[in-house]
Amino acid sequence: MTVAALTDLPLWPPINLDRDPLVPLDAGERRRFAGPVTRVRLPTDATAWLVTRHADVRQMLRHPGFSADLTRPGFPLLRRIPPGAFGDRRGGFIRMDGVEHTRLRRMLTAEFMIRNVRRIEPLIRQTVDRALDGLHAAGPPADLVTHVALPVPSMVICHLLGVPYADHDFFQERSRTLIDRDAPPERVQRHVRELRDYLHRLVEAKVATGERADDLLSRLARDRVDTGELALDELVGMAVLLLIAGHETTANMIGLSTLLLLRHPARYAALRDDTGHAEGLVDELLRYLSIVRTGLPRLATEDVEIGGRLIRAGEGAIAVLSLANRDRTAFDRPDEFDPYRAAQQHVAFGFGVHQCIGQPLARAELRIALVELARRFPRLRPAATAGRLPTRDSSVVYGLDALPVTW
Amino acid sequence: MSGAVRVRVDRDRCCGAGNCVVTAPEVFDQDDADGLVLLRRAEPPADAADRVRLAVELCPAGAISVAPRPVPERSSTS
Ligand code: HEM
Ligand code: SF4
Repeated sequence: MTVAALTDLPLWPPINLDRDPLVPLDAGERRRFAGPVTRVRLPTDATAWLVTRHADVRQMLRHPGFSADLTRPGFPLLRRIPPGAFGDRRGGFIRMDGVEHTRLRRMLTAEFMIRNVRRIEPLIRQTVDRALDGLHAAGPPADLVTHVALPVPSMVICHLLGVPYADHDFFQERSRTLIDRDAPPERVQRHVRELRDYLHRLVEAKVATGERADDLLSRLARDRVDTGELALDELVGMAVLLLIAGHETTANMIGLSTLLLLRHPARYAALRDDTGHAEGLVDELLRYLSIVRTGLPRLATEDVEIGGRLIRAGEGAIAVLSLANRDRTAFDRPDEFDPYRAAQQHVAFGFGVHQCIGQPLARAELRIALVELARRFPRLRPAATAGRLPTRDSSVVYGLDALPVTW
Repeated sequence: MSGAVRVRVDRDRCCGAGNCVVTAPEVFDQDDADGLVLLRRAEPPADAADRVRLAVELCPAGAISVAPRPVPERSSTS
């Protein structure tokens, strides 16, 4: 394709600082990308197919002809990364295909299954209580992101993995860099290495001690590394993935969900009075907010027809979760937030074999954090702020950097 | 229509996200050892049929399938 033709293509992801934080794409953008399968230009000047309908997104993400391996030539990257910038990629199964992916994911499925997440609900509740004490002590007014949205998922994942929460500043800063599309490549490279080194030391110490603590990394060290099934460096890579995925996403969901609920005081009150309905509300929040807004990138490894369009082997495709979650053929009046609708078929956690393994944990954290917030702070409201709320516009995971509240 | 179904699960395909367990807990379970799907009953009661169909829809890995259950009168003639 010629350069002129390339610049005629719409740019994905679109940059638009005027959008309300609760609106994934405005009306004009939605028309531009409504396709249903649209060819777009990426910030790297590569092109890719944008897939936006609910049925097409599900078909694409479940199809074995699409690879999640970003080191394959032609993979639709959203930023320029020099080859090898991610360093040692062992263990990072979110970017693996087929049996390689299955082998590592299956070592974790029992850890995150529903029954085990129910077992740790008291720990989540305790963590939420402590964070809410902190919010209370800091204000009013106080920042909900600093005191609740960030620390809750961070403390929970640290506890589960067996990572000292005292180091949270260190790994929070580094995980942010990794998912920030605007971060300079040298910084990405350095931060990946530092995070890996940090977890390497931690995991090595766990492997070295004969007596194993009762945390996920210690269990994997005992059951998989000791038995020779898993290399130490693979365990380190899995730890990096879980640490990042385990707090960035849920933190952003807590912040944005609170903003949404505070704009609808009746719904915020209902959360306190009708806790039995909190699970349905959480799914509707996930659908409506769709925080993985840049979508899920894949590379076609065979010719596949999606939404009436032939995507050829070697071409990139991006599954736009936020648009699939607003598809009117899947959801009635999709732009309305309706906590009483059946929203479970949303794709906010992806679809196919990579579908979020932490979703039972994320759902429990969100439900407990929001219900307890509504109980303890019935008069919570946004505090006056000068200008717009700071948002994470260049991140793969959208969210608020701060949410000043008062009560 | 009776709506009675026979359920099959494919543990090789299952990726253990547990959607089926949330949707129809009386039909699906997760194995303590590996977190993969276990079938509690292959022939669920008719009032669970809709939830079983939803579980088929929601399963990210395409690991669940249902077929209409043969009505007992007919199967007894064979
Ligand atoms: C509301 C919060 C969350 C959202 C919206 C979310 C979203 C997602 C999405 C969309 C994917 C699919 C990525 C792809 O297919 O390329 C994914 C995968 C993943 N998530 Fe989450 N996630 C959340 C919370 C968590 C938590 C709490 C954990 C903690 C353990 C976690 C761990 C993972 C892992 C390990 C994967 C990779 C799974 C695989 O490749 O097989 N996530 N998540
Ligand atoms: S929904 Fe599908 S993939 Fe998930 S546990 Fe059930 S059978 Fe397995």
